[in-house]
Amino acid sequence: MSRLRTIRFTRMSLIRLQNISRRYQMGTETIHALREVSLEIQRGEYVAIMGPSGSGKSTLMNVLGCLDSPTSGRYELNGTDVSEMDDNELAEVRNREIGFVFQTFHLLPRSNALHNVELPLIYAGLPSEARRQTALTALQQVGLGDRVHHRPNELSGGQRQRVAVARALVNQPSILLADEPTGNLDSKTGEEIMALFEELAQKGNTIILVTHEEDIARQARRILRIRDGLIASDERLERKS
Amino acid sequence: MKLLLEIVEGLRIAWGAIRANKLRAALTTLGIIIGIATVTLMSTAIRGLNAAFLTSVSAVGTDVFFIQKWPWFNDEPWWKLIKRREIYLADGRSFIRKANPNWRVNLQSVGVRTLRYGHNVATGVFLVGNTETAVATDELSFSAGRYFTAAEVEGNRPVCVLGADIASNFFPHGHAVGNRIRIDDMAFEVIGVLEKKGKFLGIENLDNTAHIPVTLMGRGFTFFPGIRIAVKVGGLEHLEDAKEAVRAVMRNVRRLPPTDADDFSVNSLEAFIQKFTQVSRIIGGVGLFITGLSLFVGGIGIMNIMFVSVTERTREIGVRKAVGAKRRAILIQFLIEAAVICLMGGLIGLGLAALITWGIARFFPTTLSLPIAALALGVSALTGILAGFLPAWRAARMNPVDALRSE
Repeated sequence: MSRLRTIRFTRMSLIRLQNISRRYQMGTETIHALREVSLEIQRGEYVAIMGPSGSGKSTLMNVLGCLDSPTSGRYELNGTDVSEMDDNELAEVRNREIGFVFQTFHLLPRSNALHNVELPLIYAGLPSEARRQTALTALQQVGLGDRVHHRPNELSGGQRQRVAVARALVNQPSILLADEPTGNLDSKTGEEIMALFEELAQKGNTIILVTHEEDIARQARRILRIRDGLIASDERLERKS
Repeated sequence: MKLLLEIVEGLRIAWGAIRANKLRAALTTLGIIIGIATVTLMSTAIRGLNAAFLTSVSAVGTDVFFIQKWPWFNDEPWWKLIKRREIYLADGRSFIRKANPNWRVNLQSVGVRTLRYGHNVATGVFLVGNTETAVATDELSFSAGRYFTAAEVEGNRPVCVLGADIASNFFPHGHAVGNRIRIDDMAFEVIGVLEKKGKFLGIENLDNTAHIPVTLMGRGFTFFPGIRIAVKVGGLEHLEDAKEAVRAVMRNVRRLPPTDADDFSVNSLEAFIQKFTQVSRIIGGVGLFITGLSLFVGGIGIMNIMFVSVTERTREIGVRKAVGAKRRAILIQFLIEAAVICLMGGLIGLGLAALITWGIARFFPTTLSLPIAALALGVSALTGILAGFLPAWRAARMNPVDALRSE
């Protein structure tokens, strides 16, 4: 707790990447997905990561989301070095610090909305009544208070993505990490989801949005463009009125 | 706390997965059902056989030795044994004179004869010639009348004691005592009726019998020229010493010089039980091994289907890992699924075995015991956990990035 305060007072970066590289071995060929990337993101920022396919933006997202470990370099998340952590420790960090929203929603098809949202809380070890209450609140926040017992196949695409957002937020993570959240939605529902993100950003959530659509990225406050495993540009946008 | 939550979640997932693939789960459990049913039946049958045997032999008592020409378990070649002298009534009397006065000695001879009372005929009756001490050595009890006395034995009195079935056939209204029946062509007075004993191993009727003084058996009632001497030494301690003492007395009766081998055998139920236990263990071991193979094959089926399940749900595993499931949680999830499938198979198999046991019990004494049932369920759950471990481990070790990307 005291540590958390220190971080706030010194305004330490929420995310600090130092010379992060990620290489894959494909047969005899080595692929450099990330080459010595350094990056800082502050608490409360709304960042879009852009780049063509193969640019390394997915790898960057995986590293940021603690789904993947860098080959070399140092990654500090919320003041903790996570670059050397093992599988189980990373799972715990993901559970506590990161909420994911995926392009294809990734909801459990046989479970209803409520149970899908409860999932991170189960692995956090929350008792069932507290879990239920927290999950219900999260669903109400995304406007799905009346759909809690519906299964994913009984919900529209936009509603599914809202369930996914509720699941991502239910643990009150430090970062909301969204990978092409509008990619599988029509433009109208896409706008709705983006409006939800805007609302969350205004409430002070840290959001990282991975996209290849310029107009989606424009809604963030900062755009990082990735090319050939490097950050090609880092642009801060003035907030539109 | 966390582990408990993970187990509860695992059960929930398992239930959902099984419900979503009912036919597949049913086909998979078939192997376990057959495996558990056969293993349970096998052990039930062996237990039943043992129990029936032990209750049947315990009526005689294990502290009784039988001195006979032939051993019950043949270690020596028959051409040596056939040269042994017969044991005659005179040998038996001599044995009684020289025996320890605390011993109860009975001289026995057996045959199979036909009994008649009026128009009633009983064929194939097990006729036993005894002395009065049979009451002690064979632990006889009576539903009516008494056993013959020493005077009646020595005086060759034509008296007989009937087994329960013979008595109820000849005298359905009771009052057997005092009537005269015929064994072959000789008239005997009924002086007692034995209590019902049931069936040996559930097959051989022990009540289809009649006892007469052994002194009369020589009058054409038996095919065998010799007798056997039954010695109840009293007390189960030092049975080996007692056996040596019995042997020494018999050697004295036979006046064998120390250098000669015994020309008789001292048999006991103890050895019989040992031999039986040994045989039943071998049969049981082999039987359980063979039936265990079917359970093993069932386990392989479970492993196979769990691999399919893990592959099918790679994405789900990815999602769970992304939101914070550790390896242990994923491992538990799939282990529980395998265990639940196997446990369901085990339960059905057990039900099947209970049904078959119930059917068999009408012909042969068997019961499905609670420990065996519990063991069967334990074994089925264990099979699931063992068979599920490899697939579950593969799932637990999946890389979340690859798992999420899979279609």
